Amino acid sequence: MPSINVNGKARDVSGVPDDTPLLWVLRDHLKLTGTKYGCGVSECGACTVHLNGESVQSCVTPLSDVGDADVTTIEGLSENGDHPVQKAWKEHNVPQCGYCQVGQIMMASAMLKDNNDPSDDDIDTEMWNICRCGTYPRIRAAIKSAAKEMKS
Amino acid sequence: MSSTLPDNLEVSRRSFLSQLSAAGSLVLMAKVGSGQTTQVADATTTDAELFNPDLFVAIAPDGTVSIVAHRSEMGTGIRTGLPRVVADELEADWDRVNIVQAPGDKRLGDQNTDGSNSIRFFFKRMRVAGATARKMLEQAAAQQWNVPAAQCRAESHRVHHTGSNRSLGFGDLVEIARTLPVPEAESLTLKKPGEWKYIGKDSPVIDLNDIVTGKAVYGIDARMENQAFAVVARPPVVGGKVKSYDATAVRRMPGVIDVLEIPGYMDVAGYKGAPDFNPLGGVAVLADSTWNAWQGRDALEIEWDLGDNVSYNSTEYAKSLVESASKPGNVVRKAGDAPAKLKKADSVITADYFVPHLSHAPMETPCAVADVKTDGSGKVVSCHVLTATQNPQAVQLSVGPAMGMEPTDVLVNVTLLGSGFGRKSKPDYCVEAAILSKQLGRPVHVTWTREDDIQHDFYHTVAAVHVEAAVDKDGSPTAWLQRAAYPSIGSTFNPKAVGPGNGELEMGLSDLPYDVPNIQVEGCNAGAHVRIGWLRSVCHIQQNFAVSSFADELAHNAGRDPLEFLMELLGEDRHMDLKAAGLGNRGASPEEYPYDIGRLKNVAKRAAELADWKRGKALPDGRGLGIACCRAFLGYTGHVVEVDVDKDGNIHIPHVWAVLDCGTVVCPDRVRAQVEGAAIMATSQARYGQITFTNGVADQSNYDTYQMATMSDSPREIHVEVVKSDAVPAGVGETTVPSFAPALCNAIFAATGKRVRELPLSKHDLSWS
Repeated sequence: MPSINVNGKARDVSGVPDDTPLLWVLRDHLKLTGTKYGCGVSECGACTVHLNGESVQSCVTPLSDVGDADVTTIEGLSENGDHPVQKAWKEHNVPQCGYCQVGQIMMASAMLKDNNDPSDDDIDTEMWNICRCGTYPRIRAAIKSAAKEMKS
Repeated sequence: MSSTLPDNLEVSRRSFLSQLSAAGSLVLMAKVGSGQTTQVADATTTDAELFNPDLFVAIAPDGTVSIVAHRSEMGTGIRTGLPRVVADELEADWDRVNIVQAPGDKRLGDQNTDGSNSIRFFFKRMRVAGATARKMLEQAAAQQWNVPAAQCRAESHRVHHTGSNRSLGFGDLVEIARTLPVPEAESLTLKKPGEWKYIGKDSPVIDLNDIVTGKAVYGIDARMENQAFAVVARPPVVGGKVKSYDATAVRRMPGVIDVLEIPGYMDVAGYKGAPDFNPLGGVAVLADSTWNAWQGRDALEIEWDLGDNVSYNSTEYAKSLVESASKPGNVVRKAGDAPAKLKKADSVITADYFVPHLSHAPMETPCAVADVKTDGSGKVVSCHVLTATQNPQAVQLSVGPAMGMEPTDVLVNVTLLGSGFGRKSKPDYCVEAAILSKQLGRPVHVTWTREDDIQHDFYHTVAAVHVEAAVDKDGSPTAWLQRAAYPSIGSTFNPKAVGPGNGELEMGLSDLPYDVPNIQVEGCNAGAHVRIGWLRSVCHIQQNFAVSSFADELAHNAGRDPLEFLMELLGEDRHMDLKAAGLGNRGASPEEYPYDIGRLKNVAKRAAELADWKRGKALPDGRGLGIACCRAFLGYTGHVVEVDVDKDGNIHIPHVWAVLDCGTVVCPDRVRAQVEGAAIMATSQARYGQITFTNGVADQSNYDTYQMATMSDSPREIHVEVVKSDAVPAGVGETTVPSFAPALCNAIFAATGKRVRELPLSKHDLSWS
């Protein structure tokens, strides 16, 4: 595959084996290290990015599956770190170590695009990412704040 | 100019920043005020321009205050908290502060970000650093204006003259200040708590913006020019060795640069029969990307000599532990004569508790990059490690001998940590990177896969705790005997350690706080077959589980309310006589850090009040409240957990009330965050946490088999209260885990009548009708 579309730009990936998971293409070949490795088997959500606006786990998405889809990573979620979800994350001081938070933010922003008034049950279902520090209550609160802003 | 301060408060005039610059190192630097941070930048300030009265603080002529963060940031907020203590005493404007992450350097004192020690160890030291600089700036202003120093007062980054309206910015005073002698610590006037501007006040952590924009640099993101990526095949069983391997096919795979062997700890010079922090050994594949290295690693054909631990099977081992705890062991605490009273008692209650091995499984796996340079003869001339470590000095001490260098010559820089929980105090992964870089002749970045992490951890121990009590006609205990059998952390360093050490038993077992006339506590033998390490809260995990569960069992046996019974068990408000009981206190003096039963009772009572404890009796079947409390890492936590168990046995945790008394608080919101997180980490452990072994190999390997609580199965509401206190700062991170699991299991008993004595809950059928 000669190139893929990442954050609005065509990026050269020629020479990268087709079966390489998108996660490692982003991190090691394109030097976009904001997307994190957590498990490699789509169990933790740390590697979540958007493919045509939908959340996917880049650790199990081979390069060959990307095609001409638009890939959005945390580096491209907003110009200045001011996506409503990012702002809400700061307002609620969500992160502890912060490692899983990029994946949480990408998951939450994709969810809110489709559902701008998520119930607690919606959040429970959609936000299955693992956070070892235990920031879930603040993630829940931040999602509700972001939803409010996105609706207004 | 020489220092006149006591040893432990030693200050140096040598510029820390310029020294870093001279060493050519990377410095993790963050400007706190602007929200624009430069994560990894070259230090540019020169010694000649700086006012640098203390290792931890430097002021540039433009007024920029640089503060050294020497502890590692793994989510507690310490990289913000300790610098804010300095800034407060200095009267610095937080918006004009730069934080500089220190490399490993023993001059800074303890850097092992572990044991819930950071604020406890360095609160005073940081105040002295700030107050030293403040006093010198005031003296510089006095000299400039030719007025008494007593008329000069620092406030908000300026020094003001009280007799006139003159004032000078900190930067303007640097030139004079740097010529003055460093005042003695005893001559400093520290601010009174009422004068604090930052201590006890919330502020976003300095890395917040970088974290939510993906710019934060962790160990897995650390890069050095021309680095190779490595993934390592390690012996499946601890103590195993490579017998032979064939890498012919692997060398032809895409991106593969080399295949190299790493000697195991048994082949290290000076091997004393225990792993220490040396690598497990194995075969590494080095490639142009993590993925290519990983694919190569998986394709290696290796024949292993598995070694003696291949006989380790956890089901049989668990039986041997229970057996060991059923027999008299090494007596570590004795008051009265509990065994004799138990023998004669009419009524004896006994229970056996069990907590399996746990893995740290930090969100970021262990990762390090090292650049080792050798001369023509192969002798190492320099070694630079950039890594997510809780303890850069331990990295120096482990990498140094492996490279044939003085540890202090190893340059270790610290990234952010994607959590640690104790795993990243153990630098075997850094030694791997250094060994590989030396062999390859270029920088090497080692990434542990999640499978590597869970299968080759320094595991939390596996423990059996036996408790028995003689009770009187009211059900109150008159004699209490408890024994614990588990492999010691000491076994990782000393092959002769074959059971819990005193320091381990003092985490919730031998320091039993209950007011019972006859108490005996014993440690029982248990050999280790894997590397045992400390995991957040350490032995409190199994010991407070047993003790707090048993208290609840006794309450129900007596037909009493568990809260009232617990308060009676704890007895009068008093300080436990630790010396008389022969108990340590984590190295703290009992005078400064007493075991205060009143504070312990208070956190439990307060949690119960917040939970409206009395309504527990009126809850419908399947719903219940449970309570537990503990003193851990010198702080006090009380938990009340509300649980809802449906008839099929599915657990929901709608509410948790957690009350923490950790003395003086620097960053209140970060403390609350850790209390919230502790309940969730403890939920994972209580519900699902277990690592088991078959033929020496861990049966779990990733989050699919070593399950974590997520949003949906974690407590829905966690209500946190931090007790207002001016007591000396105690632990936080590890203080608030241990009482959660017993409170949860006590709640499950209240809800269902089912007593859980063996974790995790996933092993039990909790259905009811």
